[in-house]
Amino acid sequence: MNVAVAVDDKVRYEARPSAGEAGPATKRVVVGYGFWVFLLSDIVMFSAIFAAYAVLNHATAGGPSGVQLFNQRSVAIETGCLLASSYTCGLMSLAIGSRRYAATYWAALITFVLGALFLALELREFAGMIAIGAGPQRSAFLSAFFTLVGCHGLHVTAGLVWLVVMMAQVAVKGFRQTVERRLLCFSLFWHALDIVWVWLFTVVYLMGVLS
Amino acid sequence: MTDTQYDRAPGDASALPDVEQGASSGVLVYTIGLGLAVGLTALSFWVANTSLLWVGGISLGLTVLAIAQMGVHLVFFLHVTTGPDNTNNVMALAFGVLIVALVVVGSLLIMADLNDSMMPAPELMNLQMQH
Repeated sequence: MNVAVAVDDKVRYEARPSAGEAGPATKRVVVGYGFWVFLLSDIVMFSAIFAAYAVLNHATAGGPSGVQLFNQRSVAIETGCLLASSYTCGLMSLAIGSRRYAATYWAALITFVLGALFLALELREFAGMIAIGAGPQRSAFLSAFFTLVGCHGLHVTAGLVWLVVMMAQVAVKGFRQTVERRLLCFSLFWHALDIVWVWLFTVVYLMGVLS
Repeated sequence: MTDTQYDRAPGDASALPDVEQGASSGVLVYTIGLGLAVGLTALSFWVANTSLLWVGGISLGLTVLAIAQMGVHLVFFLHVTTGPDNTNNVMALAFGVLIVALVVVGSLLIMADLNDSMMPAPELMNLQMQH
């Protein structure tokens, strides 16, 4: 019994307040974590599309292959746009943290413009490919390509709409806690999209040109 | 106060949201991240286009560069760290990475294996029949 008490005391003495024992987490932590789990599930969905693309990479059915279709200069500019918009999105988070309205609007505007530029370049690339008969119905490779890149493009479009809605909320409601939590989720979403794009330009555009 | 705020939301830089962090240090973190990401991206494009490197190792090199850049984004933009207030976020991330690896590597392995064990094309079959 003595031993048991000693052990019990020791455990109680040494135990630091872990995440579970510190009481319920704040709403910001819970919301952020929930959105983090959603983002990871979204990335799992992307991984399935990536796997489909990698399997169908050489199934061109006699049609054009990646080497003939991809323009690396345009891809490099798209990558630069998305990277810079991720940076300005981070600056927007800092402006929100210190509750500066003007800096938030400016950072959001630059983020939006860079995201829209990315989207415009991508749509131009799609239109050019469809114009020369390399649409999604041409081969399994092109179906997988349009699914993968188009899915990322749809996410960027949704992010742009979300950004406009969030700026309207900041303008109308100000920096309330609910608005700040939504802005946290938006910045997580935007940075996660950039991670997906890193894999996209590596696997599709750079490795596709190798072979 | 610190004991009641032990977890951290993903994307938050500070363990204590109510403590004002210097804005300049935050800008510095994002700027370092941007610099590293731009450097790694430029390196990726160079590796894919150069003729100086052994062709067989280029896809492996590109994969390593992509993983490194993903790490840069996670640490400098999403503020995912190995700190104790971040355990839940890292555990969720590790599970996500596991599932992604299973889906991608599993699909590639299975499809490559299927391709290998497919019936050969008709002309090859004919060649075998002629013996």
